[in-house]
Amino acid sequence: MSEYVVTMEHVTKTFPGVKALDDVQLHLKAGRVMALLGENGAGKSTLMKILSGVYTRDSGEITIFGKKIEGDLNTKQAQALGVAIIHQELNMCQHLSVAANMFLGREITKGGRLDNVEMNRQAVEELAKLGIHDLDPDEAVGNLTVGRQQMVEIAKALLINAKVLVMDEPSSALSNAEITEMFRIVRELKAMGTAIVYISHRLQELHHIVDDVTIMRDGKYITEGKFEDFTMDQIIANMVGHEVKNQFPRETVEKGKKILEVKHLNAGKLVKDVSFDVYEGEVLGFSGLVGAGRTETMRAIFGADPKDSGEILLDGKPLEIHSPGAAIRQGIVLAPEDRKKEGLCTKLSIRDNIALPNLDIITLGSPTGKINRQTENEMIEKGKSSLTIKMADAEVEAASLSGGNQQKVVVAKWLARQSRVIIFDEPTRGIDVAAKVEIYDIINELKKQGVGVVIVSSELPEVMGISDRIIVMCNGRITGEVDPRNTTEEEIMTYATQFGDHAAPASLSLAS
Amino acid sequence: MENKKRGFLSKPGVASVVTAFVGVIVLMLIFWGMNPNFVRQNNLMSLARSICPYLLVGIGQGIVCITGNIDLSIGSVLGMSAMISATLVCNGMNVILAIIIDLIACLAVGFSNGVLVGKFKLPPFIGTLGTMTICRGIAQLVNNNYNTGDIGTGGLKDLFRDMFYYGRVGYLYYGVIICLVIWAVFYYIMSYTATGRHIYAIGSNVDAARLSGVDVFKTTTIAYTISAFCSFMAGLITMAAAGMGSMQAGMSYEMYGVAAAVIGGISTLGGSGLLVGVIAGASVWAILQNGLTLANVPVAMRNIIIGIIVVACVLFDIMRRSGVIGAKKKAA
Repeated sequence: MSEYVVTMEHVTKTFPGVKALDDVQLHLKAGRVMALLGENGAGKSTLMKILSGVYTRDSGEITIFGKKIEGDLNTKQAQALGVAIIHQELNMCQHLSVAANMFLGREITKGGRLDNVEMNRQAVEELAKLGIHDLDPDEAVGNLTVGRQQMVEIAKALLINAKVLVMDEPSSALSNAEITEMFRIVRELKAMGTAIVYISHRLQELHHIVDDVTIMRDGKYITEGKFEDFTMDQIIANMVGHEVKNQFPRETVEKGKKILEVKHLNAGKLVKDVSFDVYEGEVLGFSGLVGAGRTETMRAIFGADPKDSGEILLDGKPLEIHSPGAAIRQGIVLAPEDRKKEGLCTKLSIRDNIALPNLDIITLGSPTGKINRQTENEMIEKGKSSLTIKMADAEVEAASLSGGNQQKVVVAKWLARQSRVIIFDEPTRGIDVAAKVEIYDIINELKKQGVGVVIVSSELPEVMGISDRIIVMCNGRITGEVDPRNTTEEEIMTYATQFGDHAAPASLSLAS
Repeated sequence: MENKKRGFLSKPGVASVVTAFVGVIVLMLIFWGMNPNFVRQNNLMSLARSICPYLLVGIGQGIVCITGNIDLSIGSVLGMSAMISATLVCNGMNVILAIIIDLIACLAVGFSNGVLVGKFKLPPFIGTLGTMTICRGIAQLVNNNYNTGDIGTGGLKDLFRDMFYYGRVGYLYYGVIICLVIWAVFYYIMSYTATGRHIYAIGSNVDAARLSGVDVFKTTTIAYTISAFCSFMAGLITMAAAGMGSMQAGMSYEMYGVAAAVIGGISTLGGSGLLVGVIAGASVWAILQNGLTLANVPVAMRNIIIGIIVVACVLFDIMRRSGVIGAKKKAA
């Protein structure tokens, strides 16, 4: 019996046309957190899907708790051996209750009848082990916050006595408070002796919980070791294959005239008396906790949600925006938080996606509204070259692109027309380091062109690294404004947690 | 979430069901006002009986909808059930044997739907459109493209007609009792068994269900087979009522099933809804037919009015759910 609870050696996996994994190894120890790092497409998720039985390997050896796996490993076997995986996209049945989700596929029955009392009791017990005492097992999962849903998934894994827990980007959708809570739970699991694989693109958070690292690149194993033996630069260099000089390349451009002015905007419960300005040549960052009302503010400006009151001025002229279409025509555009759901029609081609909001331009001059292929092609070429979108051709489905390239397609949509203000809501969520830098470069380029850029980001290092000015929101109000060059994470968090009703938003918002 | 109170109405799906039943009562009051004959004992008895086919197809379609799919073959299976059983009986076969053969044929269709949609991943709209057409063809084929003659009387045939349509105990027709028993069985399965929970789960998030170890193919097939069983029963009722098999039996019933399910609060998107609502949904449908007839509304107007009321019901439910008119309800 070796010191490892799981070993994977020489694992190879080929998909049609792609060698997804090439001679990869992984070693997990009980009670330790292993960060599995690599860019998107490095093969992390594939490796984890092999470990949890979702995919089968072409060759290689897997040993779990000293048991050598002969032949294919399937999901049921993997679960029986104590391997559980929490997928990147949370896999919960939103309509079903907490307990029903935890027991899905292994319901407790008494004489063929569901034993809800017993399932609820055990669900409460498992949640209590994680220190969660205020969750109603009868509550529909769809009513819970993402953070809470994740807790339910972890509790579900405990229920099958998971001794090896794979967490694929667990923090990507969580607020800072929820992440802190999740870290606490990861530590509890460590103390119970669970081996944890932690996949994350947020390298800054690793030091809180990670013991070991394994780094992959292009389907190959690169290196592994104790986390403390690596510097962050070494980790990034190993992931990317070359050194990334500057993770947040902020360029200073002279601040120009005022482009956008938002005055006393009210919309729903999460946008209360919000006022701010956007200037030419600056990136305005919005920070705050999840649920602070940042996304809601942007959606109201963009016309995606109704406004209750307030004024929006572009270049000094008041605008009437009642729909996204109106906002787009006026030159205000939004790259939404959820690329796959709101940013792109994933089943349509790159061409169709880029053309979609610009059909007014493409059909210009045709009395029958015929699509002018030439204009369309020019538009796509422009997007392709200026954004270095990696694609075989413009006819491929948007769904087949990596997260970074999808985000570029979203940006390309808006570059095709002369937009005045581009709002990015969580522009780099789930995107790997190298692609993030490319997105930042695009943002800098826009800034230089005199476009007003607004960025909503929950990642403090990002918002502090790329913005020229940061507005902090809490509970629907602006609670502070800081200069990222001389602020601290603590200062931003202080503003982000000012839940009081008298947080005097208006006076602060124009402070710069 | 902060709201810890979990009143009866706040339970998922309950409010839609309550709305539907309120709708039933309101409609009955309106028709009572328009024609006092509406509430006469004879009319209420036959009204209850006329709900049965709608209730059956509503149960079937409702369960398939909860899985996030749709079953377009319901009406054709109903017609096939009526034609197969009537043809066999007319040709002198024992009634019970004829029903058994009929049952096997109908369940085979349901199973096929499950295979097409659950295993081969055909879009349910296309897959069941295919079986819908095939089954209508079979309904026409079994008696060489003719409706059957009268199945005749005597012995088991009389018993059959009584059981499914004409006979009654007290104020209740046997057919109504049979339907309520079927409803109760499926209600139990949906609400109290693991199979039922899996049906909700695959409609809510099929990937999550699969990764949790739910057999998606099996569950889908069960849902479609239940639907086919319900169509089979509705076919027998139709056949017993007419005393013959009609090739046109069950035309559009898949859509009546959708209406009954949706009015009863079942989402066509899957994952939610309670079978209790289907009783109200089917009742609304039957009451409109019956009440408008008694009120001497011509057929063409009847159709238009029913269409409008169905849309209005669902619109009301959507507005209530999205909170447009929810606030008023809470205050009340």
